[in-house]
Amino acid sequence: MNAFTKSRELRKLPALLSKWYSAKAAPEIEQLVKASKVVVFMKGVPEQPQCGFSNAVVQILRMHGVKYDAHNVLQDEDLRQGIKDFSNWPTIPQVFINGEFIGGCDIMLQMHQSGDLIEELEKAGIKSALLEKEKEKSEKDSGSEK
Amino acid sequence: MSSKPVEQSIRKKLTEHLEVSHLEVINESYMHNVPKGAETHFKVVVVSDKFDGVPLIKRHRMVNEILKDEIQNGVHALSIEAKTTSQWNNSDKTIDPSPNCRGGFGK
Repeated sequence: MNAFTKSRELRKLPALLSKWYSAKAAPEIEQLVKASKVVVFMKGVPEQPQCGFSNAVVQILRMHGVKYDAHNVLQDEDLRQGIKDFSNWPTIPQVFINGEFIGGCDIMLQMHQSGDLIEELEKAGIKSALLEKEKEKSEKDSGSEK
Repeated sequence: MSSKPVEQSIRKKLTEHLEVSHLEVINESYMHNVPKGAETHFKVVVVSDKFDGVPLIKRHRMVNEILKDEIQNGVHALSIEAKTTSQWNNSDKTIDPSPNCRGGFGK
């Protein structure tokens, strides 16, 4: 190895190291993921999302009346990389229900539209506000028929 | 040299790997705070019978895996609609645009 290639190799070192050490470790992330029944990793905070995809997830959960933990990956570069590694999923937002990775914005939107989200929440012991509303409506409807 | 190298590469890879019966690669970068002609935000509609019996999250993982290089090198957002041929034929075949940017890009 001549001096030139050696210095080139050395120059790569910080990047290599930072790739290993900058991502938050899996046990740490696992703790976050399991700290609440629903956990969201997003850009910005629920009151002020900083990405349209994150905002969509916040709005969906709001419609279902779900309480959740939110982590802002823009505040924490280690978390931003760490969560991607943890779930082997390349994009933010990411939603976890009962410690299990559910998906990002597209999947949440589709589950919301298909009704699967209500079921998934139910499995975690969470009653969707939409379900309550539907019930109220159908009870009212059947009542008015009598 | 093509002026849309990323878009073409996405198209080529998905076509080859998933034997798509329908494919749309939509460059949504213009909706974001990036230079004109940028290739940073994409939406793909992938229709393939390889998705038959595969859960939604796994379909997304398949697409993410095929486009791993693109995602690692410059593609900042990828929105995915993954359907089987019969799901696509039974759908209204309209594609909603992705939500608008809220300024988080580049941070």
